[in-house]
Amino acid sequence: MSESPQEPGLEALPTASPEPVKRFSLQLIWLIPIVAAIIGGTLAVRTYLQKGPTITIAFKSGDGLEAGKTKVKYKDVEVGLVKEVAIARDTTGVIATVELKKETTPYLVEDTKFWVVRPRITGGGISGLSTLMGGSYIGVDLGRSKHPQRTFVGLETAPAVAVDVPGSSFLLHSPDLGSLDVGSPVYFRRIQVGQVVSYELDKDGMGVTFKVFITAPYDKYVRANTRFWNAGGVDLTVDANGLKLDTQSLMSILMGGIAFQTLDENGGAPPTDANTAFTLFANRDEAMKNRDTISQSFVMIFKESVRGLSPGASVDFRGLTVGEVSGIHVAHDPHTREVNMWVEMRIYPERLRSRVIGAVPTPQEYRAVLNEMVANGLRAQLKSGNLLTGQLIVSLDYFPNIPKAKVDWSTNPPRFPTTPSSLVELQATLMQLVKKLEKLPLDETLTDVRRMVQTLDATLKDAARMLQNVDKNVLPEIGMTLEEARKTLDEGRKTLSAAKQTLSADAPLQQDLRTTLRELGRTAQSLRVLTEYLERHPESLIRGKQEDTP
Amino acid sequence: MHDAPVTAAARGLLVCHLCGLLCRRGHGNITPHCPRCSTPLHLRKPNSTARSWAYLLAAYILYIPANVLPIMETSSLFGAQADTIMSGVVYLWYSGSWDLALVVFIASIMVPLLKLIALTLLLISVQRRSTWQPLQRAKLYRIVELVGRWSMLDIYVVAILAALVQIGALATITAGPGALAFGAVVVLTMFAAMEFDPRLIWDPLTERENEP
Repeated sequence: MSESPQEPGLEALPTASPEPVKRFSLQLIWLIPIVAAIIGGTLAVRTYLQKGPTITIAFKSGDGLEAGKTKVKYKDVEVGLVKEVAIARDTTGVIATVELKKETTPYLVEDTKFWVVRPRITGGGISGLSTLMGGSYIGVDLGRSKHPQRTFVGLETAPAVAVDVPGSSFLLHSPDLGSLDVGSPVYFRRIQVGQVVSYELDKDGMGVTFKVFITAPYDKYVRANTRFWNAGGVDLTVDANGLKLDTQSLMSILMGGIAFQTLDENGGAPPTDANTAFTLFANRDEAMKNRDTISQSFVMIFKESVRGLSPGASVDFRGLTVGEVSGIHVAHDPHTREVNMWVEMRIYPERLRSRVIGAVPTPQEYRAVLNEMVANGLRAQLKSGNLLTGQLIVSLDYFPNIPKAKVDWSTNPPRFPTTPSSLVELQATLMQLVKKLEKLPLDETLTDVRRMVQTLDATLKDAARMLQNVDKNVLPEIGMTLEEARKTLDEGRKTLSAAKQTLSADAPLQQDLRTTLRELGRTAQSLRVLTEYLERHPESLIRGKQEDTP
Repeated sequence: MHDAPVTAAARGLLVCHLCGLLCRRGHGNITPHCPRCSTPLHLRKPNSTARSWAYLLAAYILYIPANVLPIMETSSLFGAQADTIMSGVVYLWYSGSWDLALVVFIASIMVPLLKLIALTLLLISVQRRSTWQPLQRAKLYRIVELVGRWSMLDIYVVAILAALVQIGALATITAGPGALAFGAVVVLTMFAAMEFDPRLIWDPLTERENEP
């Protein structure tokens, strides 16, 4: 009843073929979560292990820094990422929180440097161009120190020299910065061997200390007696030696630079340690001067002008520079009531005598020698060092016929005797000459001369006028006269030829003349007779001829 | 008695999944096989809950790296960038495309998570032989099955971009490790849903009704 009509149908269904249950069935399916766990765990562990240190870097500005985007690169390889950029608590700058890769951990030490790489165009070149396209990044120079550090102060510009470049650093002291800057080249024999890494004002404000880095093969040429000088720009000097132009290279003209050279190259001065301090000289000459250890100051009193003499002018003994002028002052002498020029000089006695006497003389010996020299006529004199520029030098020389003098050792500094310069003597002589000339009655002479000249002038004027007259009147007349004379002469010639004809022997005129002359002779004879008669008988003029009365 | 549904299991009947032959189970501690095609026959999917749990656990584990690790790595002239799903959503939200952000958030974060939770809920309720809201749970299971394949949107996007944007130095997009994990999560949840036997939802109900 309860059976449904299909009930028998169920019985007709085939029975499933039975097979024994497998006792052991491995639940392979659980491998899947295990594998997933392993993968997930590995990822988690790797992420944790790869998580590097987080550091903070303080920058002056957040220019180019972007949280989550700006990368940290070492040698152009990404080593970290800026996670956060925040304003510093004292609002003086920004603080970038940077997550670095784990490998950098041992290098996060004191001297590790960070800076923002931006495109920069300087005299020396262009850098960071890639940041124009890819955006700024933080450059890092891993340090070598052993003291770990997690907070850094970012540099404004990239350090000039990476830490891993072999070479040495040296310190240079200079009175001022000159035209130098970070990155200015350092030259050795005009090869660029390094550059200025940094500079800072001395704590006392009295000078500037440069740090220069010289790369490896060249740093061994820096020795204890190496001289550094500022080789930047164009060094144009006009001194008693004339005009001098000194430059290193075109780049150093633009950017400034430092050059160095070692005095006494063959000398055995050992190479110096890094970070040794040197003096940076203003120019090569100053740098290469012999550094005289012994110097003696003297003061010289000149009564003449010291125009053209400047501190640093050389003191020369017969052409050999033995010292230099160290100061020039005006001094009033209360005893003589004179205002004189005090010139201080520094003499390096070693220069005078080092080749002659082996041992360095004691001050007493030296003093005795000098006294003797002065007694023999050694004097200081101002001399023109350069006629073109008018620079003066102090010259020491012997003057045989000179009033006696000696070094006054009692004053400090000792006083060295001087003699007026030959130019001054010449000037004095000239002055006397001029005075004599002045005494001459020059004025009167001049008046006479002037008057004479005036007269001469008038005369000349007259003469000129006369000549004009001659030109105007006489010359035409002379011309006419000449013309007439010519005519006269012509006529004369004609007359003469006529006369010649007339006078020739056979000429009728001649004949006639002769006859005439004969007639004239007779006439004269008759006239004589008449005259004689008249003398004898003057009354005949009235009475007429008387018959000869016997 | 008449209200209680008659199940094949109660009558000792089995149907072959492969050839569809209906047969009786027979007696004894045996593993029945289809008399026609000799496929092993089960009243319910064997070890359904355990397998489902295994897939689900694996999916849970991989869900973490899928969201933490970058799924897409973009490198271009303007630098390299790695994006996780969440950073993409945040980027879209802040760049104004909140609708897109919502779509990505729902499709790539919410749906896988809800799927995991739904499957967990189903498995726990089945294990506890709960009779609570069987109809709703069945509906939930249907939704999980349906939605499963659509969670791969992110993977599709990454795959297409990685294939298209390969312009050498200018721009390159590659799939990150997160994409792998994310894909694994989606596939594993699909497997978990597949392994789950929805008939188990109804079994406790039948039993309870068969009891006096």
